Amino acid sequence: MSSFISILLAGLLTENMILSKFLGICPFLGVSKKVPTAASMGVAVTAVMLISTAATYPIYAYILVPCGLAYLQTIVFILIIAAIVQLLEIAIKKFSPPLYSALGIYLPLITTNCAVLGITILNFTKELTFLESLVNALSAGLGFLLAMVIFAGVREKLDEADIPEGLKGLPITLIAAAIVSLSFLGFAGIGGK
Amino acid sequence: MVEILLAAAVVGVIALVAGVGLSFASKFFAVPTDEKFEAVRAALPGANCGACGYSGCDGYAEAIAKGEAECNKCPVGGEKTAAELSEILGVEVTITKQVAFVACGKTDEKTVLKYRYDGINTCAAAALLYNGPLACQYGCIGLGDCAAACDQKAISLEGGVAKVDKDLCGACGLCAKACPKGLISILPADYKFAVACSNKDKGGVAMKACKNACIGCTKCAKACPTGAITITDNLASINQELCSGCGECAKVCPNGCIIA
Repeated sequence: MSSFISILLAGLLTENMILSKFLGICPFLGVSKKVPTAASMGVAVTAVMLISTAATYPIYAYILVPCGLAYLQTIVFILIIAAIVQLLEIAIKKFSPPLYSALGIYLPLITTNCAVLGITILNFTKELTFLESLVNALSAGLGFLLAMVIFAGVREKLDEADIPEGLKGLPITLIAAAIVSLSFLGFAGIGGK
Repeated sequence: MVEILLAAAVVGVIALVAGVGLSFASKFFAVPTDEKFEAVRAALPGANCGACGYSGCDGYAEAIAKGEAECNKCPVGGEKTAAELSEILGVEVTITKQVAFVACGKTDEKTVLKYRYDGINTCAAAALLYNGPLACQYGCIGLGDCAAACDQKAISLEGGVAKVDKDLCGACGLCAKACPKGLISILPADYKFAVACSNKDKGGVAMKACKNACIGCTKCAKACPTGAITITDNLASINQELCSGCGECAKVCPNGCIIA
């Protein structure tokens, strides 16, 4: 049980996907203009992480490893994640058209989101069990959601701020991202094993 | 060799399962799309200018598909689009083509310069400095804000004045919004005559600034057999609904600012 809590805390704070591991920066900068879209992107990524972990773990453990094909990990995982994202896209289009139009281009982009591929691979480098992997995926997804929402909040404030001409647009966004990331450095050491 | 085949087979089988699963899912979760919307959207030009009053072509297509909007609201597509839309919807529609008109007859020889402008290359910026470089504060600055705003590339700058290509113009009105002097108006495409001047100064003042200016002499108004011309603020204007296109006004205008 304590291992679950430490995994959860690590994914949320100390080993935050975006702010500590610097994975999934594309949606972090792309979809973080407004809090609601950032939150729905975070939820979508969390769902994809959970489902793809649930799908990739047995395939890796029961197909790739016994066949001696562990080196195919990356390409097979990309294949599975792409298929799952497509499936999710079709399902969202059916059941929640507003969410579908809100996510727009970013839903297909999850396919190539390194945070999703990252979490499925990290599950094995950390040698987690199936349940631990699921908790790890959930916590990484929630950490992603947290970072997205915090940063979207910062960017909403930036819209109203008086920014020097030369820093408007992407420069100030990157500076803000760095400062938010810096603040997460303060969590180092919490819940460590 | 066996290893390669095994790897290929495993990846292939996984891909096959994923592909078959997806194709079933797309059938199972299929969303019925509105055929009318697709057809209407395809018929619209896609300029997304908003001249129809909706938020771009998608918004307009949705309104048409729901039956909330007339199908003659798109000035960019004009008659052709309206005809296509009426065919899709099965309703009759009439439309009059419109074009933009620049009400300034400035030429380099006839118009006096107040100063030489050497700043940011837009009309909006030049207009902020003593109402622009022209002695006539109403005239076309000629730095092409209207041409930059035009999606159809219908506006060119000839001799420092914006000129509208009637064939390319979609009458969306973006140029009229962009012009800091408000020189551009939307006229029926078959207009016969129009006043190519916007100067509201009294005759003498206007003449000093530009030899092509309307001085409000009322000769055209007197010459007009249909009473289509009125003079307000020392400036003639032609009511296009009354104009018969006889051309008497153009003949009597001392400064030649009524043009066909």
